[in-house]
This record gives sequence, structure tokens and C-alpha cells, in this order.
Amino acid sequence: MEKIATREAYGNALAAIGKENEKIVVLDADLSKSTKTSVFAKACPERFFDMGIAESNMAGTAAGLAIGGNTVFMSSFAMFAVGRCYEIIRNSICYPKLNVKIAATHAGITVGEDGGSHQSIEDIALTRVLPNMEVFVPADGVETAKMVQYMAANEGPMYLRLGRSGQPVLFDESYEFIPGKFTVMRDGGDVALFACGLMVGEALKAAETLHEEGISAAVVNASSLKPLDEATTVAYAQKCGAIVTAEEHSVIGGLGAAIAQCLVRQRPCPVEFVGVEDRFGQSGRPDELLAAYGLTAAHIVEKAKAAMARK
Amino acid sequence: METRETLSKRAKRIRHHIIEMLGHAKSGHPGGSLDLAEIMSVLYFHEMKYDFNDPAWPERDYFVLSKGHAAPALYATFCEGGLIDEEELFTLRRLGSRLQGHPDRKKLPGVEASTGSLGQGFSIAGGIALSLKLRQKENRVYAVVGDGELDEGIIWEAAMAAANYKLDNLCAIVDHNGLQIDGANDDVMCLGDIGAKFEAFGFEVFHVDGHDIDALIEVFAKAKAVTGRPTAVIAKTVKGKGISFMENQVGWHGTPMKEEDYLKAKAELEG
Repeated sequence: MEKIATREAYGNALAAIGKENEKIVVLDADLSKSTKTSVFAKACPERFFDMGIAESNMAGTAAGLAIGGNTVFMSSFAMFAVGRCYEIIRNSICYPKLNVKIAATHAGITVGEDGGSHQSIEDIALTRVLPNMEVFVPADGVETAKMVQYMAANEGPMYLRLGRSGQPVLFDESYEFIPGKFTVMRDGGDVALFACGLMVGEALKAAETLHEEGISAAVVNASSLKPLDEATTVAYAQKCGAIVTAEEHSVIGGLGAAIAQCLVRQRPCPVEFVGVEDRFGQSGRPDELLAAYGLTAAHIVEKAKAAMARK
Repeated sequence: METRETLSKRAKRIRHHIIEMLGHAKSGHPGGSLDLAEIMSVLYFHEMKYDFNDPAWPERDYFVLSKGHAAPALYATFCEGGLIDEEELFTLRRLGSRLQGHPDRKKLPGVEASTGSLGQGFSIAGGIALSLKLRQKENRVYAVVGDGELDEGIIWEAAMAAANYKLDNLCAIVDHNGLQIDGANDDVMCLGDIGAKFEAFGFEVFHVDGHDIDALIEVFAKAKAVTGRPTAVIAKTVKGKGISFMENQVGWHGTPMKEEDYLKAKAELEG
């Protein structure tokens, strides 16, 4: 299966759009080779600014550039792009609703060997809670490119969560990204698996395993975390009566929390959560870490059965 | 360009508006607002390209109040320029008001950057300056920074970037009144030689008496002539300037005025 890291797709998409749209300015904090903003820097050198290892000032500068009329993309690792800059994103970007796009790479535990200090498992929670912020987590390279196109063309603060490692290509070029709309990847009637990022691939594998055991599982790519697709969420709660969420993020405040809150309000049903259980990451190979932290297809299968048992 | 006498009268009225606003709001920051009166008067009515009838004029110079708690000084200046009327000043800090406790650009036209969380306004000002450079525009950016605010790390990140990108359209004005909430600057966190610090970061540095209108006019003209590097004007000010019982009193940073204080302050300004 063809694989591409979402950060690669981000750099390529940004460079392509940047050539067409002169308003786009890109900031990085000395990680452009890793975040792939280097591709943009090569294509549009006059509109790329390396802010050095000073993420806070990168965020403030992004706000100023947006006030000056630019569409600003700022990138770093999720740990720093969100964690280090958080209060500046809150007060200087979201509060005044400025046109700044935070595209953070190396999110989640699949950062791997760098260890827990670099594995952001809180960024969805942190961004989702901010008024005016939209939050997207692409499942593959194609969706990443479509999201970047949407972000460049629409006003307001947005957060794009990207991964380090290669992810299987799930969509073809005909895919259309619409904020507030999930994509049903596979239909099913016994249990619905809502996943984002690299967990979409795992959810598809889990659905295949469940199918072999006679269980019909739907798989939903929940890539637009804010705005959330409440209609699809409620429809599948209605149809299946059992839900599993899967994300490479803490089980607190992320996709699972968003789905659960939506369902508690509108259509309560059993929900099980696959994610990092309130603990930090550590060094290891990405595949080892996913297994050690319970983020694999096998874990989704287990949780699907648990959710169904609670119907 | 207005005369020294006119600018001085404007400064006096700005001070008057500040006392009126804070007297009515019964909350807010008098000390660090009052000490900006001359600086605001010279900037908005002499130095900056600005049209109060069109605060979104693309050719305007930008002003960022990085020490956002001095919002009353900004609103008073807007009132003096006719951007808001006197009645509205009395809505300061009230529910639904455009005059938020700290400046909010979404609510009030003329506010370039929403500030209040210290240090960020200066970083934003650098971003605006960078955006102007990118478009080869001549507009300038002025940012008023408090001396206590220099404790924030982002100030020095922003200073480093401003020099790196040769933002000679950026002018930092340090409101150096020597006091912050917990006491004298150097008792809270030693600032050392502020001018030498900015110089070391690549700024051309000027020192001025922040209440001397002629000196302010002159120093901004000098700053404007600098090319290839950003400028910093260290303005020595007296916190609470103009109200005898507030001058140099750390307690008047954010203390609400009682009715008797308000009447006394008003009498002093009108006397």
C-alpha cells in the first residue's frame, strides 16, 4: 500500500498553494526540514520566515502578519506549536479571531524514539476548547492537501494536526473535504468506529477482523473535530447503538470526549475509548509504542465488543 | 502637525478623560495610563500618519499598546481625536461596552491588536512591521511597552527577530516609570541597563523625558531617520503623572479610585 506522511503532504500542498496565493506567509521555528515547510521555503523564499527557536514570538508574529493582511501558516512540532505557545494562541490569535493556521507536525506517540518530552497527546484538547478555533486531523496525505486548500481559502484560526510517520493513502483525488462533515469509510450496523489520524487505518483493519467474526462495523473518518459532524455521530448511534472512538491522543479532551459529549446531549449510547490513558509517552519504535499504549486494530476490536456488550 | 501648546493641551485633556473614565468605572489602572498622556498626544497628533475619521486607512501608521492595561490612555486619545465620544468613555469596563478592560480589536475600530497579556503586543507589532516590509509599504509601527513588561521572555524573542529582519519601521517605546505591581522594577526583577539591553539586541536606542513634548517630537523624528535596524525609545516617566497623590506611588497601579479620590484628582486637573 502506498504510504506518505501527512507532514510531507502538508509541505507539498503548502508550496503549491503558496505559488498561486501571494498572501500566504509561512513561519517556522528552526524545524522546517522536519515540518516540511522547507518545501514552501524553496518555492516562495521571500514569504518564508524562520523565527528561530522562539515559538512564542512565532505565534505573536503570526498574529501581526495576519493583522497586516496575510494568511499565515505557522509550523513546529505539536508539543511546541501548541504547548509552548498556548496562551499566545489563545489571546493573540483566537480571541481576536485572526487568520492564522497552526499546522503542527510530530503529534502523538508515533514521534517514537525522541520520547515522552516530544510526544504531544494533549493538543486536540487544548485547541478544541478555544472559541473561534477549527480543528482538523487528516487521515492521509490526500486529505491533508484538501484541508490545506480549505485553510488557505477561508478566514480564521485553524489547527491542523499532522504526524511524523508514513500513513497509508486512503483517499483518491476525488475526495472533498468539508469542515463539519465526517466521511463514512465503511458502513455497518452493529457498532460504529469513529477514528481520526492514523487510527482510521487501524479502525478499517479492526472492521475487517470484526466482519470475519460476523460483526458488522461501520468506520467513520472523524477528521473534522471542530466543527464536529453531530448529524453523522447521532445517526450512527441510532443505527448501531454502540460506538468506539480511536485517536492517537489522550482519552481526555480529544475525539472521544467530543463524540461522548455530543451523544450524551442528543442520543446517549454506550461509548468505548481507544486512546492514551492519562499517562505520558516514552521512547520506542512507533509500532512498538502503538502496541504498548493500546492503539492498534486489536484494541479497537476488543473495545467494539465491550461497547456492544453494553447495549 | 500640531504645535507644542496644542499637544500639551491635548495631553491634559487625555489625562482628564482618564480620570473621568476610571472615576466612573471604579476599576482599572490609573498610574500607568496617566503617565502616557504626552507620549500618546505626540504620537497620535504629531508623529503618526493617522486619520481619526478612517482608522482602517491603509496608509496609516500602526500603534500597538503592548501594556494593554493602560487601555484608558488609548480610549482617551481616541476620544480626543473624535473616534469615540465622551459619553462612551463612561462605559469603560461595563457589560457590552466596546471599551473593554484591555483593548479588543474585534470590538473597537482603531485598536490594532488585542493586548493585555504582557509581552504579546510587542511580538504582534513585529509581525505587523514584517507584513509591511513584505509589501514594501512605508507605514511605521509604534509599540508602547511597559518597563515591568520587559520581564516577559517574548519581548526579547521579538527584539531578536526585529533586528534579524531589520525592521526599521518598528519603534518600541518603553514607558519607564520604574514601578510594577509588586514594587520598584529593580526590587521585583532587576532590569539592569534597559538601553544597553536593547542595543545589544540590535536596536538603535534613544532616551527621552516622556513628559517633555518638544523632546518627544525630536526623538521620534530621530527614530524615524534610522535605517536598517529597529529603534527603542526609553521614555522616563512618572507613574501617575499629573495627580499629586498618585505620582510615583506603586499602590496606584490598579487600585480603584474612591469618590473622594476622583473628586480630588479632577480638582487638581482643573485647577
